[in-house]
Amino acid sequence: MQINFESEKPIFVQLADWLSDSIISGAIKEGEQIPSTTEMSVSLKINPATALKGVNMLVDKGIIYKKRGLGMFVSQGAVETLKKQRQSEFFGEYIKTMLDEAAKLGLTKKDIIELIERG
Amino acid sequence: MRGIELKNLTKHYKDTKALEDVTLTIEYGKIYGLLGRNGAGKSTMVNLISNRIFPTSGEIFVDGEMSIENDEALRKIFTMSEHNLLPVDRKFKDAVKLVKEFYPELDDDYAFALAEKFELDVKKKLMSLSTGYSSIAKLIIALASGADYIFFDEPVLGLDPNHRELFYKELIDRYANTGSTFIISTHLIDECAGLIEKAIIIDKGRLVTAEDTDKIMENSYTVTGPAELVDKYTAGKTVVGSDTVGGIKSAYVKGKAENVPQGLEISKASLQSLFIQMTND
Repeated sequence: MQINFESEKPIFVQLADWLSDSIISGAIKEGEQIPSTTEMSVSLKINPATALKGVNMLVDKGIIYKKRGLGMFVSQGAVETLKKQRQSEFFGEYIKTMLDEAAKLGLTKKDIIELIERG
Repeated sequence: MRGIELKNLTKHYKDTKALEDVTLTIEYGKIYGLLGRNGAGKSTMVNLISNRIFPTSGEIFVDGEMSIENDEALRKIFTMSEHNLLPVDRKFKDAVKLVKEFYPELDDDYAFALAEKFELDVKKKLMSLSTGYSSIAKLIIALASGADYIFFDEPVLGLDPNHRELFYKELIDRYANTGSTFIISTHLIDECAGLIEKAIIIDKGRLVTAEDTDKIMENSYTVTGPAELVDKYTAGKTVVGSDTVGGIKSAYVKGKAENVPQGLEISKASLQSLFIQMTND
């Protein structure tokens, strides 16, 4: 993973997104341990406080839980929760952006549907 | 309260005001960036804190104690700088021993483990090391020093990209394990932007800001578009600086972007570009 320091997205959000992606794709499975904040901050060259902030974002959503003295683990049902959340964001993040761009380029509804079907 | 406090710290040389009325607190247990242009006063500040020079006026407190000629307070501070305070006619392993006399908390096992990672020849005299390795020797001793406040003055000068990368990673690891305070004075802001939690920016001897990097970034943005539109939009706002290429203008603005008209683009500015705007003449 690479952090983009010029991105609109704060670093801790980028880290949380990356962890979420890894969980959705199955790279880190439910019940498995995630890397420690130190490991993540060292490999990404970010402040441990920032890494912790990203992890806590997922702890607050119940995606990850902490076991005292052992580390952090992916909750059961995390994939489902994340998928639902991503689905609700799908319109804003992808569809809306696509429609704005399509309007700029003068593409009609028919053109767009054709393009989707081609994909 | 734990931390280093500077109160109205001032240092004048004959005709130069190297540091002028600087008041700030370096909190214990954070990674700081000390940022300033050449001659801004970074090294003066570090030298004052480590008692290598004396202030013209003002005071320095380390964990609440006056630091001037106070050995106990000074033992809490370690400074790694270009100036070599290590004995150059000695080998690395002897230098480690020597430094340990003043810094009993120095972790020699860790120092030698790091030397191995950097492939530093510990049996060579320090003066016969290359520029890069001479810096590495100093960096390792600083990281291992066990001091509560560790200052790095341009730490990666002369280091190749691999060693720079390794240094930053080892610094984070050490920070996570010890919780000490690290203050990195540098020009290479892009390289360590993700690392530093707080930035102290000084310009011409004066303090510009000492704040959370996150806050500095959150409270400023870049607006780009046709110069006329940009000027209209930024009227009445605090503009830190701007660049114009052809008819397109980018302005660096303080605050949060609101009611942005069509045709203007808002983006985040990097810490480095904000720094350049804050310290430009």
